[in-house]
Amino acid sequence: MAEPLSTVQVQQPSGASQPLAIYAPPPELRREPLVQNERGIGWISDAIAGVAEGKTPLWWWIAFLPSVILMTVCFSMILYLMSVGVGVWGPGHPVMWGWAIINFVWWIGIGHAGTLISAILFLLRQRWRTSINRAAEAMTIFAVMCAGIFPLIHIGRIWFGWWLFPIPNMYGIWPQFRSPLMWDVFAVSTYFTVSLLFWYMGLIPDLAVMRDRATSTLRKFFYGLFSLGWTGSNRHWSNYEKAYLILAGLSTPLVLSVHSIVSMDFSVSQLPGWHTTIFPPYFVAGAVFSGFGMVLTLLVPLRRLLKLEDIITVRHVELMCKVTLATGSIVGYAYAMEFFIAWYSGNPYERYAFINRAVGPYAWGYWIMISCNVITPQLFWFKKVRTNMVLVFILSIFVNIGMWFERFVIVVISLHRDFMPANWGYFRPTWVDILTYMGTFGLFFTFFLLFLRFVPIIAIAEVKGVTPQADPHHPLGGAKGGHH
Amino acid sequence: MAAASSRSYGIIAEFLTPADIMHAAEKVRDLGFRRWDVFTPFPIHGMDSAMGIRNSKVGWFSFLGGVTGYTSGMLMIWWMNAVDYPILIGGKPMFSPYGAFPPCYELTILLGSFGALFGMLFLNRLPRLHHPLLKHRRFALATHDRFFLVIETSDPKYSETETRKLLESLGSRHIELVEE
Repeated sequence: MAEPLSTVQVQQPSGASQPLAIYAPPPELRREPLVQNERGIGWISDAIAGVAEGKTPLWWWIAFLPSVILMTVCFSMILYLMSVGVGVWGPGHPVMWGWAIINFVWWIGIGHAGTLISAILFLLRQRWRTSINRAAEAMTIFAVMCAGIFPLIHIGRIWFGWWLFPIPNMYGIWPQFRSPLMWDVFAVSTYFTVSLLFWYMGLIPDLAVMRDRATSTLRKFFYGLFSLGWTGSNRHWSNYEKAYLILAGLSTPLVLSVHSIVSMDFSVSQLPGWHTTIFPPYFVAGAVFSGFGMVLTLLVPLRRLLKLEDIITVRHVELMCKVTLATGSIVGYAYAMEFFIAWYSGNPYERYAFINRAVGPYAWGYWIMISCNVITPQLFWFKKVRTNMVLVFILSIFVNIGMWFERFVIVVISLHRDFMPANWGYFRPTWVDILTYMGTFGLFFTFFLLFLRFVPIIAIAEVKGVTPQADPHHPLGGAKGGHH
Repeated sequence: MAAASSRSYGIIAEFLTPADIMHAAEKVRDLGFRRWDVFTPFPIHGMDSAMGIRNSKVGWFSFLGGVTGYTSGMLMIWWMNAVDYPILIGGKPMFSPYGAFPPCYELTILLGSFGALFGMLFLNRLPRLHHPLLKHRRFALATHDRFFLVIETSDPKYSETETRKLLESLGSRHIELVEE
């Protein structure tokens, strides 16, 4: 055995005290540190704030320009839809809900990982979340923005979008609150607002870091303005940490409710394939699954491009893969259970809806969903897969493809064969459908890239707080040893 | 107020490790200082008790926000769908707390979150874009990797010579006066 870490005096029952040597744990029991190479807390500021300072790297422009072009495509398609009408899209009898609702559910599901990381992992005291929560929360906000576009534009007459909210109007009528679609309006707008508040509150101390490092007057002014005069006072930290805890506590039931209510848009109806009680938990698990897929898609290349491998370590990627595996397995279980209940219910329409998914005209969509969502995540059982960054990146994209097809299966396959064979049809998207969806990626990546350039992409103060240098009882934090 | 411009705001002492600032804070707390604070780049675990700060009151703001959100949501839905513009939907009751629950649940969370954020800002007296410390040359390091302890001159126990000696004895190598 090596030198003991320290020696403490242990009181015996007899009253005599005896020295007890404490050794470091054997290597296989040691945890990987959250910040590697024993980086000091000043280094953390430099590394993270440095991303948003200095010259804009070439790869940023290479990514930014196509994103802006795609975003313009998105807005042009919306303009075209507004000027011509919803007939430019694919939906029509019997598939009255098409890509708009698929894209809405898909994007909002992606947002869920950000809130899971920032709120639920915070309540569970998972300290590794600090390296990824800021970027994941930004992803949430931008994904919810992309999601929010679709319900707004799918109403057809977009200029009446404000009728969704209880705002007094000249007709003296009010929204009808017994409809889950109305609940959805409240769930999604609350989700966006609270995610933004939570994100901004986490940013205040880090914007102060940017303010104190700023060299140009313009940066000093804007970072100074948005950091609200934060000084790092401990009396402020005390209120701040309490508010952060409360926001985490409020965001947790919020995120679980949002996709539950989205699922009620379907399950409260009486359509075979939609009318099931498993929907709320199944949708939430799927949302977290797809969201972690997107976090991995974004962060695996970014940690390399931004040279942040010491902060977003392989251990972080591995842990995210494990969450993907867990939620992916729940999703796989839900698929199996849906099929079982369809058979067990004895309802011929329900049975038909499910058999039609697997062997009907859209079977290709169903099997893409099964292979991407059920088989792909099972590869994350293997450490060799979880630590291979290229493979993780590719698999994370499969997760997102699979989750898009899950919503396609639920929306389109359930609708395309109505109870009466005379009402059967085959849905095809139009070029406007496809370009609008592609365009939302432009919107998402434009915002995400701007976020990388102007805001600290990792929670600086939080990462500092989980290093041993920040622990007043750790030798690296200045503790002198002896009792405490 | 004319004399205030030449007056100093307080005395600032710089420390290098969280352990040092924590011991210093415990000492300053035990000596009974009232108007003083510790400035750190991240919240140090255990600093609240080292400074003798009581549990934050943010929770009350959030609670009030949540209660307001829930009750106003219920009242709004009842009034809109059962009083001002009743419509019969599928034979369902004009108002039922079950159907009204999801929007009210969301409003509880929405206003509770506003309560938490704005309660925190109110208790911290933020935004405050001008502060004597923000003008101080070395204070920018408080968001980087240094730890500062500031005792204000308005503290009843403050004395220009004694307080400086105290901070020196606590191990600070860098002690300066901060101008108002």
